[in-house]
Amino acid sequence: MPLTHLEPSPEQIEQEKVYRTMGLTEEEYQKVKNLLGRKPNYTETGLFSVMWSEHCSYKTSKPVLKYFPTTGEHVLQGPGEGAGIVDIGDGQAVVFKIESHNHPSAIEPYQGAATGVGGIIRDVFSMGARPVALLDSLRFGDLDSSRVRYLFEEVVSGIAGYGNCIGIPTVGGELQFDPCYNGNPLVNAMCVGIMDHADIQVGQARGIGNTVMYVGASTGRDGINGATFASEEISEKSDEKRSAVQVGDPFMEKLLVEACLELTKHDALVGIQDMGAAGLVSSASEMAAKAGVGIHMNLDLIPQRETEMTPYEMMLSESQERMLIVIKKGSEEEIKAIFARWGLHAVAVGEVIEEEVLRLEHKGKIVADVPSDSLASAPVRHMPSKVPAAYLANQAAPAWKPEINNYAKTIKKLLGQPTLASKEWVTRQYDYMVQTNTVVAPGSDAAVVRVRGTKKGLAMTTDCNAKYLALDPNEGGKIAVAEAARNIVCSGGVPLAITDCLNFGSPENPEVFWEIDESVKGMAKACDVLKTPVISGNVSLYNETDRGAIDPTPVVGMVGLVEDLDHVMTASFKNEGDAVYVIGAAKPEFGGSALQILMDGEVSGKAPALDLELEKGRQGKVLEAIKSGFLASAHDISEGGLAVAVAESVFGTELGCDLKFDTDPAVELFSETQSRYLITVPEATKKDFEALVGDAVFVGNVTRSETVNLAFASSTVTLNRNELENEWRGALSCIMSAKN
Amino acid sequence: MKTAVIVFPGSNCDQDMYYAIKDGLGEEVDYVWHAETSLDGYDAIMIPGGFSYGDYLRSGAIARFAGIMPAVIKAAKEGKPVLGVCNGFQILLEAGLLPGAMLKNKHLKFICETVNLQVKNNDTQFTKLYNQDEVIRIPIAHGEGNYFCDDETLKELQENNRIVFTYSGENPNGSRADIAGIINEAGNVLGMMPHPERAADALLGSDDGLRLFRSILNHWRESTHAAYTS
Repeated sequence: MPLTHLEPSPEQIEQEKVYRTMGLTEEEYQKVKNLLGRKPNYTETGLFSVMWSEHCSYKTSKPVLKYFPTTGEHVLQGPGEGAGIVDIGDGQAVVFKIESHNHPSAIEPYQGAATGVGGIIRDVFSMGARPVALLDSLRFGDLDSSRVRYLFEEVVSGIAGYGNCIGIPTVGGELQFDPCYNGNPLVNAMCVGIMDHADIQVGQARGIGNTVMYVGASTGRDGINGATFASEEISEKSDEKRSAVQVGDPFMEKLLVEACLELTKHDALVGIQDMGAAGLVSSASEMAAKAGVGIHMNLDLIPQRETEMTPYEMMLSESQERMLIVIKKGSEEEIKAIFARWGLHAVAVGEVIEEEVLRLEHKGKIVADVPSDSLASAPVRHMPSKVPAAYLANQAAPAWKPEINNYAKTIKKLLGQPTLASKEWVTRQYDYMVQTNTVVAPGSDAAVVRVRGTKKGLAMTTDCNAKYLALDPNEGGKIAVAEAARNIVCSGGVPLAITDCLNFGSPENPEVFWEIDESVKGMAKACDVLKTPVISGNVSLYNETDRGAIDPTPVVGMVGLVEDLDHVMTASFKNEGDAVYVIGAAKPEFGGSALQILMDGEVSGKAPALDLELEKGRQGKVLEAIKSGFLASAHDISEGGLAVAVAESVFGTELGCDLKFDTDPAVELFSETQSRYLITVPEATKKDFEALVGDAVFVGNVTRSETVNLAFASSTVTLNRNELENEWRGALSCIMSAKN
Repeated sequence: MKTAVIVFPGSNCDQDMYYAIKDGLGEEVDYVWHAETSLDGYDAIMIPGGFSYGDYLRSGAIARFAGIMPAVIKAAKEGKPVLGVCNGFQILLEAGLLPGAMLKNKHLKFICETVNLQVKNNDTQFTKLYNQDEVIRIPIAHGEGNYFCDDETLKELQENNRIVFTYSGENPNGSRADIAGIINEAGNVLGMMPHPERAADALLGSDDGLRLFRSILNHWRESTHAAYTS
């Protein structure tokens, strides 16, 4: 018998403030009482606590999210559904979203990361799209710590384990290391899908009398209260919440993808939604609220993995690989047949009702009866904001100037830093080729995936340099969006739209809230100017440990359209003799740079400034040059500056280069001034290119050589490609194999 | 030539195989569901990669009991070409159509990369269009591709020229004698860990795998022509 008789009574919940331990504040509990006109029982208190958590309700970030532009010419579906949708022509659309799984991954890294991947895939196919690519934006602490190495190794295994099995290529992402993520890694997974406009689905429970069905895996006690857990700081007690971490089954999800994509072609389907965070309660209440109806559900019919589960446990479980669907009444048997073919159960568990309530029945009794829209309307919190003293100090600090004795040595050291080193140790573990559409594999500025049956491709990337945001969240927020767009452009794509994953510390700290507010303002500005609206996203707050908050890390996931696969461009140098150009002059901007981190171990001063109009103009020119067929390679100059960009462009080739500059070597090579590009152009198109891009500066030629020569008025820096490449390629695997 | 691509629950390279044959080769191809029981009417059988039944047990260990497997074995006995790639190779091993077993990769990690393969036997219906000892570029993507067999089996494979592909240069998974692909005694069942269907389009980096499918097609044309004239 379920232990419901042990649950506290509504009176006890109020008197003993049980709601506090479940995550509701005093004010929120009062609001629940007012909404219901009575005291909530234990199950109902649970429903509100999880639906009103930051993770599900965005109650703290809502006022900030309003800054984002969310509409645009090509946007078919903005934020609010499982994932956003953008038109790519010919009746097709691209669907994408990024989501965090930071807290689970900090406790149980393999399953935390795996289920993060599983969850984002469900968001995409629940819209009716076939998932075609995955990207992962990862951040870990200092690799000197064995705990961090364990987290890193297991997170990568978890992503590989899920993505490889389900057969969706992991084509890109990013990986950075910084002590601020010690104990609180960031695991953000992005999924991209392709669909026909005709198949667009929504998570709505329309049609009174229609049947609510449960499909996929059965419900267990795993992940109960996961969303609430994700809305707290990580502490030593977090290990006690291990049961709040779910366990993934990619095989089950593979079957679910195929069955649901068959289902979306069926006329009987009315609405479909993933049971993600907050499981049954979020999917049922959201589907009802969005359609302005109610749902009556009989919990005795829910497929259960364990015996004697209580309504509370069933509703709050975050067991994976489950979907809730609403179908036309009378078509139950046809729907069951679709799922049966894939060896899955589809079970009718309730119906759509006129009264706008979520009503749950269990063992003949009504155990919860709450207005459907009440769960989705958490009271918005307006948090106090305060300019951090550190920000003011950095703004006022004198410009940072490096003193470099040995340029060659410095470049080699930079390339061996885990954040800048080759990510092959990671990407080799991901199947990035399955589905045979990967035109540009991990390692270039953005990955490119072909849209089968067309000449088109999709360019995709994730970006965020949190070090700039640590110094100046507004400028850094702009740069995150601009850099993503630059990566898309350098790959031959037209930037379409973004999805974002806002990773921050506790918003209850006014200085952190100021960072959130400023970051989003900066990102929104860049999205406006660059015409890349925000179509989906996720907020992950409370990324703190007892050592403090993480750097503000709002990750930008961007997708661009490659109109013709002939336009695909990569960063690698291509031919001996090609002319090398740099677009954009370097200024002495070192705040937050890889060089500053290497030399000081920390960042200080001002972040690089970004001129959005200039940025937009240059992106337009570079893209035009690519589409005109003028270029042999294009690479944006970002972390580590020009020195790192040149090195990355010769790696994996038999080429070198002879370049000459009349500028200051430290500034030219290591400054992280924005909106700069490293371009190579064949002799035949040099004139056309120069006429098109007036501010491109010719700096030398590609050579067939192991040597990279960088000549300055004062000195010449000579580098050996093989030596640098060994350092760059071996750094991560060396750390991971030597210290285990 | 009419080709069947077998689809198990958890197959995930079934579409890649399908398109390699349809677009790369320009031949007729169907998906055949694991619960079917006949492959009559098909000239070639492809068992694609993936994670059949999740591979939570030994890879391929459950797929060998699928409803379609007796038909696969029958087709093999009739002399039709049967190609198992990656998980398909593992299934052929579990079904006893090829000798040996798969272990986890020596570094215990999944590996995805394009590798150099040497064609050790170009006198098969799968490899006629390659040169003997030619080095080709074909992707691998597996966690359990470390081929193992006992000394006797290895000797048998070597002496009868049944090792069709070996890894050239670094052996990525620790397989015995660098084995990447082997053929049965009759020469019509090939199992290989590398994915020729992923190397069937130059746009994606290599089309070295296409010649494998063309070899099958040529052989089929020659043998059906011979059948008509005799």
